[in-house]
Amino acid sequence: MSATAHAHVDDHAHDHGHHHKETFVTKYIFSQDHKMISKQYLITGLIMGIIGIAMSLLFRLQLAWPGESFPIFEALLGKWAPDGVMDADMYLALVTIHGTIMVFFVLTAGLSGTFSNLLIPLQIGARDMASGFLNMLSYWMFFTSSVVMVISLFVEAGPAAAGWTIYPPLSALPMAQPGSGMGMTLWLVSMAIFIASSLLGSLNYIVTVINLRTKGMSMTRLPLTIWAFFVTAIIGVISFPVLLSAALLLIMDRSFGTSFFLSDIFIQGEVLHYQGGSPVLYEHLFWFLGHPEVYIVLLPALGITSEVMSTNARKPIFGYRAMVASILAIAFLSTIVWGHHMFISGMNPFLGSVFTFTTLLIAIPSAVKAFNYITTLWKGNLQLNPAMLFSIGLVSTFITGGLTGIILGDSTLDINVHDTYFVVAHFHLVMGISALYGLFAGVYHWFPKMFKRMMNKNLGYVHFWVTAICAYGVFFPMHFVGMAGVPRRYYQNTAFPMFDELTDVNILITVFALIAGAAQLVFLYNFVHSIFYGKPTVQNPWKSNTLEWTAPIEHIHGNWEGEIPEVHRWAYDYSKTLPNGDYVLKDQDFVPQDVPLQEEEEELHH
Amino acid sequence: MTTLLTILVLVLVAIAIWQMTKIFELSQIKADNSQVANDKDNKYNGYLMFAFLIFIYAITIFSFWKYSKFLLPEAASEHGGEYDSLLLWSFVIIFIVQTITQALLHYFSYKYKGEKGKKALFYADNDRLEFIWTIIPVIVLAGLILWGLYTWTNIMDINDEDDPLIVELYAQQFNWTARYGGGDNVLGGANVRMIDIDRANVLGLDESDPYSNDDVIVKELHLPVGRKVNFKFRSQDVLHSAYMPHFRAQMNCVPGMITEFSFTPSITTEEMRLNPDVVDKVKRTNAIRAEKAANGDPNSDPWEFDYILLCNKICGKSHYNMQMKIIVETEEEYNAWIESQQTFSQLMASMQ
Repeated sequence: MSATAHAHVDDHAHDHGHHHKETFVTKYIFSQDHKMISKQYLITGLIMGIIGIAMSLLFRLQLAWPGESFPIFEALLGKWAPDGVMDADMYLALVTIHGTIMVFFVLTAGLSGTFSNLLIPLQIGARDMASGFLNMLSYWMFFTSSVVMVISLFVEAGPAAAGWTIYPPLSALPMAQPGSGMGMTLWLVSMAIFIASSLLGSLNYIVTVINLRTKGMSMTRLPLTIWAFFVTAIIGVISFPVLLSAALLLIMDRSFGTSFFLSDIFIQGEVLHYQGGSPVLYEHLFWFLGHPEVYIVLLPALGITSEVMSTNARKPIFGYRAMVASILAIAFLSTIVWGHHMFISGMNPFLGSVFTFTTLLIAIPSAVKAFNYITTLWKGNLQLNPAMLFSIGLVSTFITGGLTGIILGDSTLDINVHDTYFVVAHFHLVMGISALYGLFAGVYHWFPKMFKRMMNKNLGYVHFWVTAICAYGVFFPMHFVGMAGVPRRYYQNTAFPMFDELTDVNILITVFALIAGAAQLVFLYNFVHSIFYGKPTVQNPWKSNTLEWTAPIEHIHGNWEGEIPEVHRWAYDYSKTLPNGDYVLKDQDFVPQDVPLQEEEEELHH
Repeated sequence: MTTLLTILVLVLVAIAIWQMTKIFELSQIKADNSQVANDKDNKYNGYLMFAFLIFIYAITIFSFWKYSKFLLPEAASEHGGEYDSLLLWSFVIIFIVQTITQALLHYFSYKYKGEKGKKALFYADNDRLEFIWTIIPVIVLAGLILWGLYTWTNIMDINDEDDPLIVELYAQQFNWTARYGGGDNVLGGANVRMIDIDRANVLGLDESDPYSNDDVIVKELHLPVGRKVNFKFRSQDVLHSAYMPHFRAQMNCVPGMITEFSFTPSITTEEMRLNPDVVDKVKRTNAIRAEKAANGDPNSDPWEFDYILLCNKICGKSHYNMQMKIIVETEEEYNAWIESQQTFSQLMASMQ
């Protein structure tokens, strides 16, 4: 296979560098170049992120000072905040759209879309994605779905408000809540387009990694970033279609009177005709994607961390094969644990036992990864760049958030903390904050590759430290709110005197959240400012081994002038020494992947 | 006032961040401008990593010191004791692992902060180490899984042994209704299609089913202490979840199907009100409420502890206020109370 593929690629190589003229439209808008598409993904993802985070700040204000009037509510929410007091339906809508945007639009498309596109061709040594056209299509479908989602915020009866999981019947019946009318229709349309976009992207990533690796780039020489993106794409292809089927069946229940998820409903004084459907079926279909989705979000972040951490520790990643095996194990297990979201859904308790078993198993590869990261730091020469700080931060929140998963994954213990703030604290730390840290690590690390300039490191430090403190400040106390029995998605806790004394905690959490939000402005300023005025980069600023840094700073279609570099070693020969104690390359503690084996150098099989 | 204070805090924080960045930038003028971490950056950030470890421990201790009194009081059901000890042991394990791993992570980040000319150790793998930290989680998790599954199977084994009281909890937007089987302890058949609001048959009971006649429909849940209760859950519109945190009990209410949960209440409401944790909690809460009353705020009446049933599955606009009081009392008190309630047939007769 590889011989023909490479021959083909080499042929193709000759028409690069001095090729057809590009217009503004083909270069910046309908570009088929993976580097431009990755920038489009990143910027769209960041804009969606601003919306999603702003929403969370709004509802945090309501939670800390329930029923209080804020001018900002009136300004942003208009009729949904009469006299500046947030409406209860709008609260649910904000929670719903915040979840949807952050999970799908920021952490799936913004993280995986950006870095899969940027790094897969550059790190495996390919001229571009297998299909540039599908790649472009994938981005524009993502863009369309973002636009539809944003439009849904402005419909008369309000946006979707049934929680990001949109469980029917609540999401199916406009009589049950106003957001289940036009807002929910647009939500479903947007998500259907999003799923198609994600599938096109994932198929492209898989084909590219399998077929277009450069000479010498065997699967066991792939950087862990590529392993993570590759496996993520596979999980996406397996599970996203199931969400599509759930969405389609829900659309039919809503619009064509079918009864897939609905039965025996009496609402607003009348019996509806639905008979024989089951909301539990929807829950199964949703979480069949919903749980793998957690890893679709997290694995790319872990992949980025592996790469950034090894480079900045000036040490090989510890246990490369174990890391790959963990990624594969997590991917496999992630598809058979979805039922832990449904222990008390009315599903057969025996199924609950099975899902408890598989869920706690997934802690094992996760623990291996965490230990391997820690060992990678041991006896390193840590270059504490902002990307490195975010990677260390990721490991920290991944451990803190992951450990409480042991409570939630245990069907017995889940009974009393299910759907409380304990869950909210758990998943925000383990997949929300961790994945965001992965996104930031990736942006700081590959910014020079994307925009040919460096980001300001001191602003990066401020960004990291404020964010890191606030993330714990928000989510650590939140566990206690959950343990006190406060359910999530409550507009206010004032209806229960037993929650009165939790007001102070909620204020503390909100203050931390607001400061964290302000810290992201530092990042945004740094990002935008550096695109235009950042210090021009050198070709390999982090002294990294992977192939993307052998490509010229100037972006060219096809990535490399002339031949694609050949790979002679794995990606982690940092601080490797010869038997006499000297570095393999004189006075240089790293050996890029395209450097042939040196004399006297021992080839290690990792 | 609070709003003003918050805005003030935010403004100050913004100024602080702005000033910090200014200082950083000024201190950078002499230094190299490559935007890659140099020895000084490594040093400062290494120290900060160590400080961050202390911060993590500090916020943990602070939260425990300040917030552990908010946790739910002692479990008021028989299986709740087992639940609480499993929870406790899981937390003990979690905190041991958390303390050690965070220490290693941040200590290494501090200890091995980069210096020019320092040589990192080329250390790519070690099978024995990896085996050790695979096998330890395997053993610990196997223990937790077995204990958890054993408890789960016991809790979810819903049977008719020991003459359980049969109670239906009926959910709708946005309130709860309870139905008792009455003298025969059997619930009459019901379906939403038989709901007749005009005749007060709000739960859709089958009027031709003889078992329905003595059913008792109420808006306050009374349970006799020490007797097993088998709950049957129904919902008439959307998903709800019957959450009874004090009893470590929860089950979703799903339109179109009947779900079940079972527990034995072990502490009466009266006894629970004398529990020292609960006494303290009521005292603290009423202090807050007295303060609110002094300010003339609404929702400030003194509070007396009661068990409560909450809705814990998003169900629409008033989800946050869908609740029912639960009263656990002695067998005699319960019998007296249920005697005084109207049965379904009496209710139907009164509507004629």
